[in-house]
Amino acid sequence: MALPDTAAIRTMVQKHKRYDHMFAILGLLCLMVGLLTLLALLVDMGMRGIPRIDWGFFTEFPSRRAANAGILSAWVGSALVMLVTAAAAIPVGIAAGVYLEEYARKNWFTDIIEINISNLAGVPSIVYGLLALGLFVYQFNLGQSILSAGLTLALLILPVIIVATREAIRSIPGQIREGAYALGATKWQAVHDHILPYSTSGILTGVIIGMARAIGETAPIITIGALTFIAFLPPVPGTGEPPAGMFDWLFSPFTVMPIQMFNWTSRPEEAFQVNAAAAGFVLVFMTLAMNGLAIWIRYRLRKNLKW
Amino acid sequence: MLAVVTSARLAKRRSRHIKELLIEMLLLGAAMVAVLTTLGIVYVLFSESWVFFQHVPLKDFLFDTQWTPLFDDAHFGIMVLLSGTLTSSVVALLVAIPLGTIIAIYLSEFATPRLREVCKPILEMLSGVPTIVYGYFALLFVSPILQWLFPSMSGFSLLSAGLVMGIMIVPYVASLSEDAMRAVPMALREGAYAMGSTRFQTAVKVVFPSAFSGVAAAYILGISRAVGETMILAVAAGMQPNLTFNPMEPAATITAYIVQVALGDLPHGSIGYQTIFAAGLTLFLVTLSFNILGYFLRKRYREAY
Repeated sequence: MALPDTAAIRTMVQKHKRYDHMFAILGLLCLMVGLLTLLALLVDMGMRGIPRIDWGFFTEFPSRRAANAGILSAWVGSALVMLVTAAAAIPVGIAAGVYLEEYARKNWFTDIIEINISNLAGVPSIVYGLLALGLFVYQFNLGQSILSAGLTLALLILPVIIVATREAIRSIPGQIREGAYALGATKWQAVHDHILPYSTSGILTGVIIGMARAIGETAPIITIGALTFIAFLPPVPGTGEPPAGMFDWLFSPFTVMPIQMFNWTSRPEEAFQVNAAAAGFVLVFMTLAMNGLAIWIRYRLRKNLKW
Repeated sequence: MLAVVTSARLAKRRSRHIKELLIEMLLLGAAMVAVLTTLGIVYVLFSESWVFFQHVPLKDFLFDTQWTPLFDDAHFGIMVLLSGTLTSSVVALLVAIPLGTIIAIYLSEFATPRLREVCKPILEMLSGVPTIVYGYFALLFVSPILQWLFPSMSGFSLLSAGLVMGIMIVPYVASLSEDAMRAVPMALREGAYAMGSTRFQTAVKVVFPSAFSGVAAAYILGISRAVGETMILAVAAGMQPNLTFNPMEPAATITAYIVQVALGDLPHGSIGYQTIFAAGLTLFLVTLSFNILGYFLRKRYREAY
């Protein structure tokens, strides 16, 4: 068999090196497509929306005249729904994560819980909406209220918080637990005094990412039947006739930011689309800020923490 | 004296024991919420769909070619909605899978660590943008561009929604595939380099095949995102049921139909109201089968090394 001569080998090597460079350029291009889309989205929305954002935009109710319309009921609704979501999802999510990492035995029962959680993470958000419509709204009679919406979103982001909690706990070395047990701590004392404090920033990252996702969710809240046009505010939490009246706000009709934006986007008039851009800009700003914060916390965590 | 101490300690130990047990039960209860959620989803979807299938034979649901649940002459052919879901998902995946894979290979095998440190968070930000914002972008930015390119197109189309959906899914696919590729042991790469492979050859012929089950799991996650995506389609693809596989046309998907019904005011318990649960059940079963497939693929690649 005749061996290829040196020149042939050289050209072959050259050719393959060229492929390498070509692929590197292709990779950069693909990356740019993703990043430029994000940029185009922000710039397009910013150019249309930012001139519309002023003080009145935050303090006016939606209106039939685009120029007077604002997002007051939407952002108040979003804030109240988030309050319910946080109150429900954070304790339950952290507790479930702690249970699975620290307490659960390795058996079929734990496997079922784990498979469930990874499956729930992949269920489309609108299916949660149907669950809430069938269960919260009609079976439990909570109505199309802030409470129903908050609980729905809590279920939706539960897997995010559980997974983040588990990852944060898993990165704590075993010696920490052994040290605590050696000093006579019970399991809960070890968890409460050591495991939880050390995993706080990891858990916080998950909580923030989950809440950012919940703020932007539209489909499940539309499904439970949130109204798209609300020109009043729910009662201020804590006011009203105590004790029952203090929770009136939980059962109030409401709208949220993404639904307000959806409503404006689906109207044909140009002026409402400007409003949609402005609302979208506020929404994106909020979620990106939250995601950025979470990424920053994680980055600092990785940098500073050395066991 | 000694006995008193012992019994006090014993008493303390017992109270500790009970407290520990209570806490464990409480934590278990929290973990059970996940199981209850799944049971709740299955219960609601099946019980409401059961009522629906008492009125509409399963045969009509699967094979009828019209979807007109709110008309007097009502037809319930889920195929019509499925065609919209399928077409838009295919468009999205044609964008997301090539882009996501190339970005993953690039970030894992070619990019400098610094570039990767900067790019991954930004890609993650891309997946944090609310989908309604992507819907706005599809309708008011991408659709006009497509109409300029193809003047015959209408303002609503599966194509514009699918393209934007694809961009939305890229970060998921890229991030998970990259994780899978980085989990491939260095020794395999070093072996390939020692044989004189270039980076590209190593990436395509060694790393990618070794990481394939992880990458496939990433694709499957992408598919189930595309099938379940709602707001982009509700905003940009129109809400008219349309049995078509042509992405240039507007059409309703399963998810868009649910939104459309939820926005109207159908009375609780009417047949129109129950259609959304039957549609939701179909959606749930489709995504569930993809999720299970993905779960097993992921499990396999975790065990591979």
